[in-house]
Amino acid sequence: MSAATLTPGTYEDQRIGLRSHLRHLGALTRRNLMRIKADPESMLDALLVPIIFTVLFVYVFGGAVKGTQQEYIQYMIPGLLGTTGLNLAMAVGTGLNSDFQSGVMDRFRTMPIGRAAVLLSKMAAETLRGLVSFTILILFSMLLGLEIREGFLHLLAAVGLSLTFGMSIVWISMLLGMSLRSAQAVQGVSMIVIMPLQFGSSIFAPTDTMPGWLQSFTKYNPLSALADACRALINGGALTHSVLIVLIWSVGITAITAPLAVARFRKRT
Amino acid sequence: MAVAGGKLCCMTANATENAVEVRGIVKHFGETKALDGVDLTVRQGTVLGVLGPNGAGKTTLVRILSTLIKPDAGTAYVGGYDVLRQPRQLRRTIGLTGQYASVDELLSGYENLYLIGRLLDLPAKRAKARATELLERFSLTEAAKRPAKTYSGGMRRRLDLAASMIGSPRVLYLDEPTTGLDPRTRNEVWDEVQRMVADGTTVLLTTQYMEEAEQLAHQLTVIDRGKVIAAGGIEELKTQVGGRTVQVRPVHPAELPEMARCLYDSGIAATVSEDTGLLSVQITDDAQLTTVVGVLGTRAFGIASIDTTLPSLDEVFLAITAKPGAPADRIPQKEAVA
Repeated sequence: MSAATLTPGTYEDQRIGLRSHLRHLGALTRRNLMRIKADPESMLDALLVPIIFTVLFVYVFGGAVKGTQQEYIQYMIPGLLGTTGLNLAMAVGTGLNSDFQSGVMDRFRTMPIGRAAVLLSKMAAETLRGLVSFTILILFSMLLGLEIREGFLHLLAAVGLSLTFGMSIVWISMLLGMSLRSAQAVQGVSMIVIMPLQFGSSIFAPTDTMPGWLQSFTKYNPLSALADACRALINGGALTHSVLIVLIWSVGITAITAPLAVARFRKRT
Repeated sequence: MAVAGGKLCCMTANATENAVEVRGIVKHFGETKALDGVDLTVRQGTVLGVLGPNGAGKTTLVRILSTLIKPDAGTAYVGGYDVLRQPRQLRRTIGLTGQYASVDELLSGYENLYLIGRLLDLPAKRAKARATELLERFSLTEAAKRPAKTYSGGMRRRLDLAASMIGSPRVLYLDEPTTGLDPRTRNEVWDEVQRMVADGTTVLLTTQYMEEAEQLAHQLTVIDRGKVIAAGGIEELKTQVGGRTVQVRPVHPAELPEMARCLYDSGIAATVSEDTGLLSVQITDDAQLTTVVGVLGTRAFGIASIDTTLPSLDEVFLAITAKPGAPADRIPQKEAVA
């Protein structure tokens, strides 16, 4: 670029090249990871939540729900794995909110960087954090007796499906992050959204003893399909139907919420 | 740096002399008119002080000029680039230090500067070197590895300044850079700003402090309720508001009434203050000063000192921001020192 070639009156704005985009994405992802390093407690939920949930449900409810803990592990852990992507997606909104609040976003906006890099870097960092969560969850539950019956590749596919669904929830999380006033509020509202979805599904218990109205909710709850799909990928069984449902939900949620979130992001940046 | 040198030469050959040109900028927030047709220019290599009380629209102006918000009407060019149509190029031209555009509290000073260097497309090596260099320059080397949230107010402000300098911007916006700082830290910030200006940076400074404007600015624009109510050089504004005051300190204070009477006879109104032992005359041109000195000289009054003072910027400010019709009272200025 040469400023000399530009005279007032020519209005072509300079484009940001692909290499610059990638460089910005790298630098911002590094920033988000360094934030985790600087605040290790923020890693605690990624590390401990899978362990606490596993221990709690397997030992407290496991016997009652499925007869033996072994059977319950095989039933519940795949469902928990499915929602891990959802949990990490929710963290994106919180991070975005604190960047807007602290003025860091204003600093970025006065610099010649692509807007997309700001968002993608948040997703990249949360995905890396999520991978830690997945690893801990899988290793710990294997320690307790989880069997990976369908092999490693199917396990990876389950992780992939969980991430795919999570990526559609990212947009909702972004909308919350940009609409609510504080990071705490974002976290609070995220919990209110996640909790009923998680428990009103087939993740923790088979739905056949639930009352009718709840059953009709769980039946259409995408997290039930996600749990069923992950179960099939880890334990074996009918796969296509539930995977398809998860993918349809992911595409549907993205189609509706992504344009809203991007529009709002553009408006605010 | 040969590249920068080359760029500079071409810039001066081609670009306009004004680094910032604002014409008729209007910005509404709902019912409120934050800016109501603001015009201003900043000449290349100079400091423009934008002065105004809280809520005058200073920050809104800076946010428009840094592409954070869009004006409802009017045009603005920075470094020859249109804020609306060439935001990306404009962003390469500017640096911003404000109460809002902030650094990342969790990252260290070094990491913050390195990140910004990379985002401005400096190669990794260059970004490292630039970060180290600026930390050194802003006396932050010792704190380089500490998270920014552990910094004191002054260190934070210096880090903010360093952050806005990474890309060697041609135009720097300082939005109330010393608000909330203690006097020593404030002086440190001023020193840095003066160094940047000496290096050729153009600065647009907003402030509520007259002293700051007096220290740093070449030209002033005073805004109030979204409108420019005065503009010009500092001395110019002072004269515009109320001319100068001559203060005479006689050797024998007892002669004060007699001196005033002689001046009165020559058609000059003087006020006498027994408390300070001073005789004051408001003058509007140099001829009047000559008359005062002449009258007192021919009568051989013993004179210890004569001083002429411009009204302080505070008084100027109060005088021009006062509501139309309200009396712009002027208070006698600082005492003449013998």
